[in-house]
Order: sequence, then C-alpha cells, then structure tokens
Amino acid sequence: MVNELQEAAQNTITQWAWLIPLFPLAGVLINGFFGKKLSKTTVGLLACFTVLCSFLLSIACVAQLAGMPVDARRVIVDVFPWIAAGTTKIMFGIMLDPLSSVMILVVSGVGFIIHVYSLGYIENDPGYKRFFTYLNLFTFSMLVLVLANSLALLFVGWELVGLCSYLLIGFWYHKDSAADAGKKAFIVNRVGDFGFLLGMLAIFWIFGSLNFKDIFHTLEINAAVTPWFMGAGTMPVKTALSAATPILGLPLVTIITLALFLGATGKSAQIPLYVWLPDAMEGPTPVSALIHAATMVTAGVYMVARLSMLFALSSTTMMVVAIVGAATAIFAATIGLVQNDIKRVLAYSTVSQLGYMFLACGVGAFSVGVFHLMTHAFFKALLFLCYGAVIHSCEHAFHDAGSHADPQDMRNMGGLWKYMKITWFTFLIGSMAIAGVPGLSGFFSKDEILWKAFNAPFSLTIGGFPLGSILWAVGALAAVMTAFYMFRLIFMTFHGKERLPQNAHPHESPPAMTIALIVLAFAATVGGYVGVPHVIKDMGINVGNESFYKWLEPVFEPAQTIIAEGGALEAIDFSNGGEEVGVQNTLAAGITGLNFAKHGQEGIITPEAGNVAVAHRESENEAAATHSEKQSAHENVALEKKLMNISIVLALLGIFVAFIMYNRNPQIHHDIREGLGVIHTVLLNKYYVDEIYYYTIVLPGRVFSEFFLWKFFDVCIIDGIVNGVALLVRGVSAVVRRIQTGVVMNYALVIVIGILAILAYYIF
Amino acid sequence: MIGLNDYLILAAILFAIGVTGVLTRRNAIVIFMSIELMLNSVNLTFVAFAHFMNSLDGQIFVFFIMTVAAAEVAVGLAIIISIFRNKKTVNVDDMNIMKW
Repeated sequence: MVNELQEAAQNTITQWAWLIPLFPLAGVLINGFFGKKLSKTTVGLLACFTVLCSFLLSIACVAQLAGMPVDARRVIVDVFPWIAAGTTKIMFGIMLDPLSSVMILVVSGVGFIIHVYSLGYIENDPGYKRFFTYLNLFTFSMLVLVLANSLALLFVGWELVGLCSYLLIGFWYHKDSAADAGKKAFIVNRVGDFGFLLGMLAIFWIFGSLNFKDIFHTLEINAAVTPWFMGAGTMPVKTALSAATPILGLPLVTIITLALFLGATGKSAQIPLYVWLPDAMEGPTPVSALIHAATMVTAGVYMVARLSMLFALSSTTMMVVAIVGAATAIFAATIGLVQNDIKRVLAYSTVSQLGYMFLACGVGAFSVGVFHLMTHAFFKALLFLCYGAVIHSCEHAFHDAGSHADPQDMRNMGGLWKYMKITWFTFLIGSMAIAGVPGLSGFFSKDEILWKAFNAPFSLTIGGFPLGSILWAVGALAAVMTAFYMFRLIFMTFHGKERLPQNAHPHESPPAMTIALIVLAFAATVGGYVGVPHVIKDMGINVGNESFYKWLEPVFEPAQTIIAEGGALEAIDFSNGGEEVGVQNTLAAGITGLNFAKHGQEGIITPEAGNVAVAHRESENEAAATHSEKQSAHENVALEKKLMNISIVLALLGIFVAFIMYNRNPQIHHDIREGLGVIHTVLLNKYYVDEIYYYTIVLPGRVFSEFFLWKFFDVCIIDGIVNGVALLVRGVSAVVRRIQTGVVMNYALVIVIGILAILAYYIF
Repeated sequence: MIGLNDYLILAAILFAIGVTGVLTRRNAIVIFMSIELMLNSVNLTFVAFAHFMNSLDGQIFVFFIMTVAAAEVAVGLAIIISIFRNKKTVNVDDMNIMKW
C-alpha cells in the first residue's frame, strides 16, 4: 500500500510524458493554420519554444525516471484506445524507459538547438514559416516514434518522419534536383518500409499483439501463444519462433528480424538502401543536421535496439546486421574520401557512422550502439551546422562578388578560418570527435564499438581469422578514413590557399547560429564522459564514468542474457569448411545456440567486468563466474589497451596524412589522384551504385511501366475495357432504338399483344 | 331470358371493337372514343356481374370508373386541342416526334 502510494507520487510527471510530442504538434497547428497572420519572428520563436517545452519536460521526466528503482524504470501511459477490433486493442500510448529517454533527450535537445540555428540560417528565405512548420512536424513525429508503446505507433512515427524528410529535402521544390532527391528518399524508404511492415505483421501473427510490453513479456517468460499458422494450437512462443520457414529453411525469427532490419537499412541508410541519403543533402543544411544526421536516420538503430530481445534470438540476423554495418562503414568512408561537395562528404560520413552503430548492435553491444548514436548526434549535427554556416556565408559572399561558383564545393574555398573563427574552431572540435581523437565524445563510443566488434560472439572464421577480428579491422580502417576525410575537409576549406572568387568576403554567421555551434561543440566534447570504457579506468585515468551503460542496462539485459546464455533459436554449423554458412534449424524444443554461445560463457563478451549479462546469473554460479572472469578480464584489459592504442595511432595517422596531402604539400594529392587513376574515378562516382541501380532497377522499372503498364495494360486493358463497354452499348442501342418509332399505334399494338400473351399464359 | 353470358359476350365484342379502333384509326378523336368504348365494355361487365351476384361492389366500381374516365376525357381532349392548335391536325401518324 505504501509502495503503491509512493509509486503514484513518483509517477506524477512521467504520467504527463505524452505531452512531450504534443508541444511541437501544437506548433505545427498554430504555425500551419495561422502562420500567415503571424509575424515571422512569432512563428520562428513559437517553433523554438514548443521544442524547448518538449526538451524541458523530457528532462523532468527523465529525472523522475532516474529516481525510480532500476527495475521499475518503465512507465507506460495509455492515452486512448486507438484501434479496437474484437479482442485486439491497440492503445495510443507512450512508453518511457531508459532507451526512449535517451532518445527524447537527443531529439528534443539537438532539435531545439537546430531550431534556434535555423532562426538565423533560414531568415531570408521566403519559405520561412513553412520551414518551421515542417521542422516542428518532424520533431513531433520523431518524438512519437521514440516514445511509442507499440510497434504500430512506432510505425506511424516512422512514416511521419519519412514524410517530413520528403517535405524538407524538397523544401526548395522549384529546384528539380531537390524535388527528385525528395522523391528518391521517399521511394527508397518505401522499399525498407515494406520489410518493416512484413516483420511487424509477422510479429502480430505470432504474438497477437504489437505492444512492446506484451512482446517482451511473452518472450521473457516464453509464454504460450496461439500463432495463426499451420492451424497449430497453443505452443510456447520460442517454439513458434523457431519454426522453419520455406525461405532457405531459416527459422521464423530470423525472417522476421531480417525483414525488420530491411526497414532499418532503408531509414538508416545502410547497404543496399543508403543511396537516398547523399542526395538528401539537397535540403537546407539545418534539415540535413537534424533529420539526416542526428535523429531520423538513427531511427533504424533505435528500432533494432528496441527489439533487441527479438534480434538476439537470431544469431544469423545479428551476424547480418554486424556485417552490413561494417561493410557500410567502410564502403561509405571510401566514397567520402574523394567527394568535393562538402555536404556529400558529411552525408557519406553519416552513412559510415550509422554503419558503426549497426555493427555495435550486430555484435550484441546495443548500449554501445545507442551511445554512439548519441555522441554522433552531437558531433555530426555540429559538423553539419558548421558547414551550414560556411555554405551560408560563402553563398552570400559569392553572390555579392557576382560569382556563380558553387558555395558547397570545397575547391572554391580555403583559408576561411580567419573569416569565421568560431565556426572554424567548433568544426575542429567536431572533426576531432568524429575522427576519434582521445578525450572527445566520438573516441569513447567508437573505440568501444571496435572493441566489442573484436569480441563479436561469432564463431565464423574467414581465411583463418575470426569474423570478429575482421569486423574490427574493417571498422579500424574506416576510422582511419574518417579521420582522413574530415581533416581533408578542414584543410581544404579553412586552411591553405584562398581559392575564393575575387572580391568574395565571407563573414561570421549571426549569433543565433554561432551560439548553437558553441552549445553543440560543448556537447560533442563532454558528451562522451558519461560512457567512458572501463579500460580507461584500468589504465589509471580517472575520468567520467559508465553511467550511460548502467542507465541502459535494464533495457538490454534480456537480450544480453539471451546472447550470453546461447539462447538463440538456431545453431549455425560452420563445420563444413568455415566459409559456407550452413544453417541448421532447431525446431521445437531443441533450442540451442551452440557456437554463438561459447564465447559468451567464457566471459569474453562482457569485458566491462560482467556488469551486463553475467552478473544476472544464478547466485550459485556467480562466484565461479566472477572468478574465471577476473582472469580472462585481466588478459582482455591488456588486449583492449593494445587495440585502443592502435586505434588512437590510426586516427592520428589519418589526420597526419590529410595534413601532408592537403596542407603541407598540396601537390601530393594531385599526384596521388593521378596515380590512383581508375580507383579515384570509381570512388568519385560513388562506385557507380546510383548508375547500377538506375540500369538494374530504375530503368527496367520505367521501361516496364511505360511499355507494359502504361502503353499496354493501361491503354489496352483498362481503357480498352472502359471504351469497349461504351462501344458495345452504342452498337446495341443503334439497333435496339429502332423499336422506338414514336408512333402511338405501334405502342398500343405491343401492349395488346403483351396482354394477349399474358392471358394466353394464364388460360392455357 | 338474357343471362350473364350474353352480357359478357356483348362486353367482349365491344372491347374488341374498341381495341381494333385504337389500333387501326388515325384520328385522335376516334381513338379516344374507342378507348371510351373499351372502358364502357368493362363497365358493362362489372354491372352484369354485380347484378347476377347480388352485390353492389361492381356498381360502385363503375361509378369510380366513370368519374375517372370523365376526368381523363377532359385532360385528353385538352391535349388533343392543344396539339391541333400547334399542328393543325389530329392525325396520330403525324405525332411521332417522341422517338430517337
């Protein structure tokens, strides 16, 4: 009783958490419907104010959440019943737990800063009011997405942010390239959404609910469900999930999670659906910062993390996620090396960093993935906003100088640092953070991801190397490239010879923008200190803490347990050669994750001294486990230190190479470019992926649409049926209308004959 | 003695004459008269049945029919007159514009 009362008292603020997304919605309604009557300043300030309200309420809610007992940190508020059909009832409600609290703070916090920045950036644009309406709509949608209490509501937010992305990429719709980029983003996302929808429906099919709470609870206790397939009766949920499907014989859970992951690749721009993100840079830069760097594109990572329990059940999917993440990280980084459009470099960098997040999720380190999500939101938003300031300033300067040079092409810049010192300095901080210079936020998260990747719980070996070390090598290589291309940006725009058009005088941005930069630079610097890897403590450097991982622990604990205990619903048999992936299904009760489990039980998976999974084992095992762990943990620390040193050296190497090539001796990079020849051309043209997609998917699609769907099916079949019916009616009536003579006598005769006929029928 | 059958046969003959008149004559007035003939043959049937079945129902029907027929004649003649004013004829063959 007392407890209940206490809980009731504690829940007072979090019960109002559903208001968090509603503030920006109010902004949308006011600015959208009455914006024309309001002054520009009012619209802009109102938009910022609503997001600020969300941010403050988020802080209050999270503070209260933090005050609750660790196990009770999940507040679910059902606002109203949304869809009720028979016994199925989907509530429109929110779920506030440590994961969504991180997200709402990032979304509303970074969102607020970017709103403020936009006040300065978009000031002279005729679409000012429209811009803020869309921006508010986006914030609302994203908050709905992260606060959703069910997959269905998450999907609503998912689609709404897609819509906002479309609207804002095509904000300057009079530019063909912007309108096309918007369409491309929307259509590519549609492909991913198809997967998401399939996965979602399959989950509903099995669990009979889309509520996260129900799904998690069902999985946790392995409750009996009545799946709607095979006419089967009631069975434990894990048995249902491990049922083999006709698709390659993979178990159901793998198919579901792979379908969901397809949705994530669309939204979070991973191979093969990343192509829309670089084009999305046609939008205004604050949009690129908010939607296409800090928040929306991380929705896929969030979704994977949210459903971590489900993903952990399929080791195949986890491996796919990790491999796709690592592949995307390096693939996008190589393209980023040679691009000349500033925003495109940053776009590929975003794709690459999102790859890191998926790599982390794939190797089971969900909390690290979310940590990188947060630090990335800070430094990448900062980088975008800095370059927004540069582009903004160059645009005006070039315009005033009467030049038509492209203000986004860094070949037209150089030596800018003395014109815009704040921008230069904050950008330097952001670059160092993303490059992994020790002490800044990116270092802590990226290094932890690489370490987790190195210890990936996969037994697959390729060419004698375990998959984990290959993932690490790929990630480390991508990190070098990251450092290189970021500092290439710096040296080409802020340093070196001025290549500006004549008489162009760029200047520092208005205060609304520079303040935003400074705040973000601060966040990008200190943001990492809430999640300092354990090894740094072991090295005797006492900075920061691990509170971030501890905070997220309750959310990911079940997934970690599944991985550590080998609870995956499938076993992968690599005995036949190691390269061929043979998949064995374990239907029904034989649920074992053979190789997937082994590493976990040896303790390698939990280098942070077992504070994740192992600590939650049964008490008898605890002492033994801790003991063996201490031993392996000791070796691990040594190894981790070594790897950390390697990645620091690699980051500095990347920066150094960029310095040599673009600052010290600019001639070198021309020589290297000549030397690379074809490779450079391929990279500059982004591996021709757009062209490949164009010729394999878009062009056949268009040919099919034009010559089959339009000129044959539509014209011949659809129109043919419609016109054919009309022609038939006309032909028949041409004959039949002759009956209508207009002569009364004929009608009378017909009547008489009719009557006689009826009489005859009755009489005879 | 004149029985029910005789009345019915007479009524049938009158009706047939009326039908023939409607189908064969061209003058609208004559057609109109033929229609009246058909109506009255039916009236005759009603009256005959009423008499032989010792019921007043038929007689009452006849009153209604006569009333309606009177109204119909008034309207019909008005139409014919107005057609005549327009076309200077009451020949129904000339009134065939109600067609495709």
